[in-house]
Amino acid sequence: MSISVRNITKRFGDFTALDNVSVEVPTGSLLALLGPSGSGKTTLLRIIAGLEVPDSGSVLNLNEDITSQNARDRNVGFVFQHYALFRHMTVFENVAFGMRVRKQPKKVIQDKVRELLHLVRLENLERRYPSQLSGGQRQRVALARALAIQPKVLLLDEPFGALDAKVRQELRSWLRKLHDEIHTTSVFVTHDQEEAFEVADRVVVMNHGRVEQAGAPHEVFEHPANPFVMDFLGNVNVFHGRVQNGRAQLGTMEVDCPEYPHQESRPATLYVRPHELDIEHSPNGTSSLKARVERVNRAGSVAKVFLLAAEFGLGLNVEISPERYTELALKAGDTVYVSPRRIRVFVPEYVI
Amino acid sequence: MHKTLSASVVQKYTAPRVAHRDPWMVQWGLTLVAVSTIVILIVVPVVNVFYQAFADGWGVYWKNLVGNKDTLHAILLTLTVAPVAVAANIVFGVAAAWTIARFHFRGRSILTALIDLPFSVSPVVAGLMLVLLFGMQGYFGPWLREHGIKIIFSTPGLILATSFVTLPFVARELIPVMEAIGSEEEVAAISLGANGWQMFWRVTVPNIKWGLLYGVILCNARAMGEFGAVYVVSGHIAGRTDTMPLRVEKLFQEYNNAGSFAVASLLTLLALVTLVVKVFLERKTRLEMAEAAKLNAPSGELS
Repeated sequence: MSISVRNITKRFGDFTALDNVSVEVPTGSLLALLGPSGSGKTTLLRIIAGLEVPDSGSVLNLNEDITSQNARDRNVGFVFQHYALFRHMTVFENVAFGMRVRKQPKKVIQDKVRELLHLVRLENLERRYPSQLSGGQRQRVALARALAIQPKVLLLDEPFGALDAKVRQELRSWLRKLHDEIHTTSVFVTHDQEEAFEVADRVVVMNHGRVEQAGAPHEVFEHPANPFVMDFLGNVNVFHGRVQNGRAQLGTMEVDCPEYPHQESRPATLYVRPHELDIEHSPNGTSSLKARVERVNRAGSVAKVFLLAAEFGLGLNVEISPERYTELALKAGDTVYVSPRRIRVFVPEYVI
Repeated sequence: MHKTLSASVVQKYTAPRVAHRDPWMVQWGLTLVAVSTIVILIVVPVVNVFYQAFADGWGVYWKNLVGNKDTLHAILLTLTVAPVAVAANIVFGVAAAWTIARFHFRGRSILTALIDLPFSVSPVVAGLMLVLLFGMQGYFGPWLREHGIKIIFSTPGLILATSFVTLPFVARELIPVMEAIGSEEEVAAISLGANGWQMFWRVTVPNIKWGLLYGVILCNARAMGEFGAVYVVSGHIAGRTDTMPLRVEKLFQEYNNAGSFAVASLLTLLALVTLVVKVFLERKTRLEMAEAAKLNAPSGELS
């Protein structure tokens, strides 16, 4: 079922949690609401679930307006951040709850619960209580419980937030596989961009109650709409230079940026990701920057090189392949030349 | 929650081997004061109640309780008034605790303070207030008489007085429990399709049951033992409006020591049973709250 959120605004006292937000969740997709804390993503999720009422705007399910429907009638599966499992019920009863309150026959409930526990791989734990489970297991019980009501849409609030790194990684790919099996339209909230990009079909980046950008993960990653998105999507080198006549300038370094062909020189911010920088031993015309190697970190799948461009007092993070690293034989104190393969330029809007 | 936290901190810091020790005089002196106070003020009187009650043997004891028509009536009256007051208390207590623990509204702290009022008002004053409202000369007196309703000097008055005095028990016990447990499970129940009633019975009640029971036990003990407020509204008519505590006093005034102590022994027995149940429930409630703290984790970021 597709879900559309149209022009939602929500205030808590003086704080505007959501400011005219519109989001489309296509049928069968898995969408991530990505943003820092306080960006309004959880509020938006709770509004979709009917746990929070918007001040204005509407929520549509297919083309039916469900804004005024209460949570109970929406048939939405909600997985809470801290799971909110019923502590005095066994795993079996937790999963069965939604069907019990709908007065479904015992046999149907039993079969469905067993099927779901099999799906989340907890068959042998049905008699346990929530306090006897690990974090990852609780998470999966919460998911099975939400799926038991055959929800039109599944909403997950920071589904991996409370888990440790390894379990997190496992559950992530498991959730993606599960979604490919059951195809329930799903929305999940996260502040971890890696998580969003790895799991979701679509990513909506939010900040200060507004949508900054929405699109497929690679679109958002490759073409960030603005400095916030660029910055938020992790590890990035930021330069402050100027643009003029389709060229961006940073000290002696000059690069093409045809998007800004204007005559007068304007201040601009230049963004380069660590893996989009090359290191050479000799200068490469005007398109490189002189820097000194400060530190090298060889642990992991890439070599991380920390450089200092003394001219600007600017620290740079560069990631190169281990092969390239061996080839260059870099060590601390070397003077090198860095050139960006790819650069994104944002010129702040003129305010008159 | 706070208790367990600070307890673990204390444990950590009382560990050093070279601990400061109070002189043995101080240690023994303090212990002696505490123990002798408890023995003189509590143990001796309690034992004496039973000693006096059974002074003439089991047969006389039994006759004093069951053989006396007015005493028997007093026992039955208390067994009627207390449960009704407790029931009223449960309904009020759950509603009030829910309101205070789940909603944030203007005047929330005033309501919390008002709930405690009956604890600070003298029971005699409480009884007097009821007489001034419902008595013959009271505001509603003439209207009540016209409609043939009797409150003061009859059972409804006793129930009202008892309910007033015991009002805070359940609410006070439940507010911290409900706050510790939080509303997440209730919200989850609603999102899974439960209606308000189903949510209450299947999720809320099982979660608060030990705290609720604890409040009920304390409330019941106080309801059965209440003297002051009941004394004012009952008019102590033997065989009609005398409850157990009133009966104890009346028998004592009539120099019927054996009878008086027999009834008193029942009330004392109730107190002892309450004490045992209370200790048990206290442990259960503490576990309930500790579990809540563990499961809820930090409440996390809002957005």
